Amino acid sequence: MATILINGQEVTIPDGQRLNLIQAAALAGIEIPHYCYHPGLSVVASCRMCLVEVGQRDADGNIRMMPKLVPACATPATDGTVVVTNSEKVRHAESLVEECLLLDHPVDCPICDQAGECYLQDYFYKYGQRERRAPETPFTSRRKDLGPYVTLFVNRCIMCSRCVRFTREVSGTGELAVVRRGNKAIIDVFDDYQLDNPLSGNTVDICPVGALCSIPFLYKQRVWFLRGNRSICLRCSTGCAIQVDHNRNRVYRLKPRYNPNANDWWMCDFGRFGFDYVYAEDRLRQPMRRTDGMLQPVSWDDIAERFAELWREAAGQDGTGTIAVVLSPFLSCEDAYLSCLYFRNLALPVRFYLGRVPVHGADETFPRRLLGAITNGRQQEPRFVIRAERCPNRRGVEAIIRHFQGEVPGFDDFLRDARQQDIAAAYLTGGYPESWLTEQEADVMGMLRCLVVHDVLPGPHLRHASVVLPMAVWFERAGSYVNYNGTLQCTERAVLPAADARSVGRLMWALLGRTRLYRPEVVLEELAEEVPVFAPAAELKGEFPEYGVRLDLSEPAHEAV
Amino acid sequence: MATDFEPVLLANVGVPDSQRLEVYRQRGGYRALEKTLREYSPEEVVELVVQSKLRGRGGAGFPCGMKWKFLPKDRTVTYLCVNADESEPGTFNNRILMENDPHQVLEGIAIAAYATRAQTAYIYIRYEYVRAYETLQQAINEAYEAGILGERVLGSDFSLNVYLHRGAGAYICGEETGLIESLEGKRGWPRTKPPYPAVEGVFRKPTVVNNVETLCCVKHIMDRGVDWFLSIGVPADPNNPRDLGSYGPKLYCVSGHVNRPGCYELPLGVPCRELIERYGGGVRGGKRAKAVIPGGLSMGFLKEDELDTPLDFNSLQKVGCLGLGTAAVVVFDEDTSIVELLHRSCRFFAHESCGQCTPCREGTGWMYRILTRILHGEGRIEDLDLLLELADSMGIIPGTTICGLADGAAWPVKTAIRKFRDEFEAFIRSGSRLTAASSGSAAGEAS
Repeated sequence: MATILINGQEVTIPDGQRLNLIQAAALAGIEIPHYCYHPGLSVVASCRMCLVEVGQRDADGNIRMMPKLVPACATPATDGTVVVTNSEKVRHAESLVEECLLLDHPVDCPICDQAGECYLQDYFYKYGQRERRAPETPFTSRRKDLGPYVTLFVNRCIMCSRCVRFTREVSGTGELAVVRRGNKAIIDVFDDYQLDNPLSGNTVDICPVGALCSIPFLYKQRVWFLRGNRSICLRCSTGCAIQVDHNRNRVYRLKPRYNPNANDWWMCDFGRFGFDYVYAEDRLRQPMRRTDGMLQPVSWDDIAERFAELWREAAGQDGTGTIAVVLSPFLSCEDAYLSCLYFRNLALPVRFYLGRVPVHGADETFPRRLLGAITNGRQQEPRFVIRAERCPNRRGVEAIIRHFQGEVPGFDDFLRDARQQDIAAAYLTGGYPESWLTEQEADVMGMLRCLVVHDVLPGPHLRHASVVLPMAVWFERAGSYVNYNGTLQCTERAVLPAADARSVGRLMWALLGRTRLYRPEVVLEELAEEVPVFAPAAELKGEFPEYGVRLDLSEPAHEAV
Repeated sequence: MATDFEPVLLANVGVPDSQRLEVYRQRGGYRALEKTLREYSPEEVVELVVQSKLRGRGGAGFPCGMKWKFLPKDRTVTYLCVNADESEPGTFNNRILMENDPHQVLEGIAIAAYATRAQTAYIYIRYEYVRAYETLQQAINEAYEAGILGERVLGSDFSLNVYLHRGAGAYICGEETGLIESLEGKRGWPRTKPPYPAVEGVFRKPTVVNNVETLCCVKHIMDRGVDWFLSIGVPADPNNPRDLGSYGPKLYCVSGHVNRPGCYELPLGVPCRELIERYGGGVRGGKRAKAVIPGGLSMGFLKEDELDTPLDFNSLQKVGCLGLGTAAVVVFDEDTSIVELLHRSCRFFAHESCGQCTPCREGTGWMYRILTRILHGEGRIEDLDLLLELADSMGIIPGTTICGLADGAAWPVKTAIRKFRDEFEAFIRSGSRLTAASSGSAAGEAS
C-alpha cells in the first residue's frame, strides 16, 4: 500500500494499483490538467501541461524536492512521493504552456463545435494568463476532411497526438501521422488514404480541443444545450456503454462511456452514427389493426382491451392452437420478462422463441495488425471487438426464456413451426435497426390465424399482420441488457418515444393489470428475485451501476416454472 | 601547455590513403582490438573505461563507462548505436574522423561492442555526409573481408555486424532517443525517459548510444592505457564534487571569422583565446572578436573578455554557457550584429524543433517571430524580458521538455541578451542596426 502526499494531503493508493500522478491526484479530488495523456493510450508526456513538482519523503518524514518539474503523466505514484501542483513554479509552467498553445490557435470558439467541452478553453480560464503577449499571429482556420466521419480544423490542433496514437495503438490502422516539424507540424492522413477505419469516430472524442470534429454532428448543436443520459449501444453484443446526448426530445450524438467490462473508452462508428433509423420517415408511429384487409389506425386502449381476446380466438374453440411468442434480442430483459409473465398467465398453449439473432461475418478485432509494429513477440490482447452478433441482449432474453420454458427455440424453429402449421398465432417483436426478414420468410407467416407485429420499422411482415404496434427504440425506454460476457447494464430513457410508440414492457405492464406507471427498475428487482441468473441485480435497488453487474450465465438454469 | 601535443585521434589524417585498411594496419591499426580480444574480458574493458574517466564527446559529457554499466546484467541482446548524426552548427570533428580514418572509428566500435556484449552495431550517419558515408561503407566492406567484422572477429568467439544507416536530415536525430526512433523507421521524436536506452533502446532492447569521437577515444585507451589518458586534460576540481574531470584529447573545431579554420586536436582545457589565436590564426582581418560560441550553437555565447575560459567540461558553466558541447568554436568579429546572429540561431532551432513538447515547439517559433519583428524594426524593449522568460522556462533543466533541444535553443538567447543587452536595446530604439553599439562599419549592408 502506497501513501503519497499531494499538496499536503495524504492519499492512499489501493494495493495492486499502479497509478501515475494524474490518477493518484484524481483520487484526492485534485485535478492535474493534461492534454496528451489518455488512460487508454501510451504515455508520451509531450504536451507538458501536467508538469508538477515532486519530491520524496523518507521514513523520518523529511522531504527532499527535485529541482526540476516533471510530467505527472509519466511519473508513477510510489510510496513516499510528494507532489505539489499549486506552487508558483507549477502555475507559471501551466500558464506558459497555455499561452504557447494559444499562439497559433484561431480562437474561433463562437463557431467551434467543441466550445463548452473544450479543454483548451476550460484550462485557459483555470490556468491561463489574461494577457496575450504575442501580437504577431494572424487568425486562420483551415479545414480538411480526413474521412467520412471526421474532419480536421488544422489550426485548432494542439499537437497532443492522441488521435495518432489511437490509430496506431487501438484501431491498429495507422492512417494518421504528424507531418512537418516544429510549430509547422500538423496532423494529416497519408496521400490517397483516409481516416475510414470502423473506430474513426473515437478520434473526435479523444481530441481535447476542437481540431477533430464529427461530420454528422458538425454545427448541429451547441453542446451546452445537450443533456446526456447513460445508455448502451445495441449494434452488437459488445454492449458499449454510451451517453446519449439530446436536446428538445431529439438525439444528436452518441458517445462512449468508460466501462472496462464492455468497451473501455471506445465505440465503433457503426454504433455511434447508426441511429438515423430512429428518425426515418417510414418508422412505425401508430398502432394499427387490419379491418377489411387494410391496416387502420387504432388507439392503444383499443389494443389493450382486445388483446387477450385476440389470442383466445386465435387458439381456436378448443383452445389447442399454439401461440408463438417471438422475443427479439433487441428487447430489454424487462420487456422479455413481462412478456413471458403475460403469456404464461393466458392459460393457453404458448411457445416462446428467441427472435432472429443477426450475425454478420466474424468478430472484427482491433488493433488490426500493423505492418512493422514492434510487438516484441508478445501476443496482443484485442483492445476492441466489433462482434459478429449484431444485437444487444441475446443472452438476457435467452436466459429468461430458458427460465420459463427450459429450452430456447430460435427463429428458424419458429419459421419451421409456422410452415408446418404447428402454431396458430404469433406475437412477433422486432426492434431491429434495419430490415430483418426476407419476403419468403414473411410469407410463411401468412399461414397464421393471427399475427401481432411489435416493431420499429416497416417490413414484409406487415403484409400479414393483423395488428401492428409501434415500438419505442432503446433510448426511448429504460431497461437492462446482458452483453457477450454476461454484464448486465442498465439504460436510462433519454427522450420520449416518437409519436405513439411504446415499449413491449409498457404494453405488458398494462396488460398484466399493474397499476401506476410502468417502472422498469421495479421489474428488474422482481426479475432478480424470480430468475436466479439475475440474482446479482437484486442489490441494485434502482441504483445505476456504472460498469454494470456481472451475471453468471455459464450454467443454464433448467427449472421451468 | 599544448604546444607539443602530438595528435592521437587525428594521427592518420593527412596520410596518403589513410582510409584504406592496409595503411591503417601499417600504422598500428587494429592492434588495440586484437589486444582487447586476447587479454581482456568485456567486464574488464568496461572497468578500464570507467577508470579512464572518459566523458562522452557528443555534447552532454556523460561518463562513457557509467553509461555502459547501466546496461542490465541479465540482458540477452544489446545494441550499439553510433551517433554520427553530427548536426550541431559549427561541428565537423566526426566528419573528419569518418572521412579520413574510418578504420579507427570501426576499431572503436568493435571494442565498445565487445565491452557491452553487443553483436550488432548501427552507425547512424548524418544524411548530408555523403563522402563519409561512402568512405565508411568501403571500410566496413574491407573489414568484413579481412575478418575484422562479421562472425568470429579476428578469430575470437566474438561476432559483430555493423550496419550503416543514413538519417534524413534532422538535427533532432542526434538526440539519442530521437536517433533510436529514427533508426526504427519512425519519426525522430525523442522518447520520454525513463526508461533510458540502456534498459529499453533500439527495438525496445538494451542499447548504448555513443558518439564517434568517444569510441575513437576508447580505442586509444585500450591501446595506450588508462594512465596515458588520465595524464591529458584537466583533473577534477577537488572542491567541486560534481566535477568529474575533463581527461583526454579533444577535437576542437574552429570556424567563423578566423584566419585558419579547422579541426585541432588538443588536450581538454585549452583556453578559448589560445585556441583562436594560436591555432585558428587569430581573428580575420586583424579585427577583434566580439562573441564566440564555445561548443556548438546550443552552448550560448562568450564575450571577448571571457575568452580566457578553458574549454573543458567544467569551466564554461561559470561564464553562463551551457557547457562544452561539441567543442566547436565559432568566432564572430566585432562587425557582427548580435541581433542578426541571434535571429539566425532562433531560426535554426525553430526549424529543427521536432514539434513534440509544447514549450519547445511553440517557444522556439515564438522566439524566432519576436527576433524577426525586432529585426524589422518593430521590436519593443519588453520583448527582451519576454525572450528571457521564455528561454529560462524551456528545456530539460527547468524540466519542461523531453529532450535538450529547447535548452540548446534557449542558451544562445539567454547569453546573447544578458551579455549584449545594450546592443539589443539600441537596436530596438533605433529600429535598425545602423546605430547598434558596435556595428558602425557594417552600416552599409543594413539598409
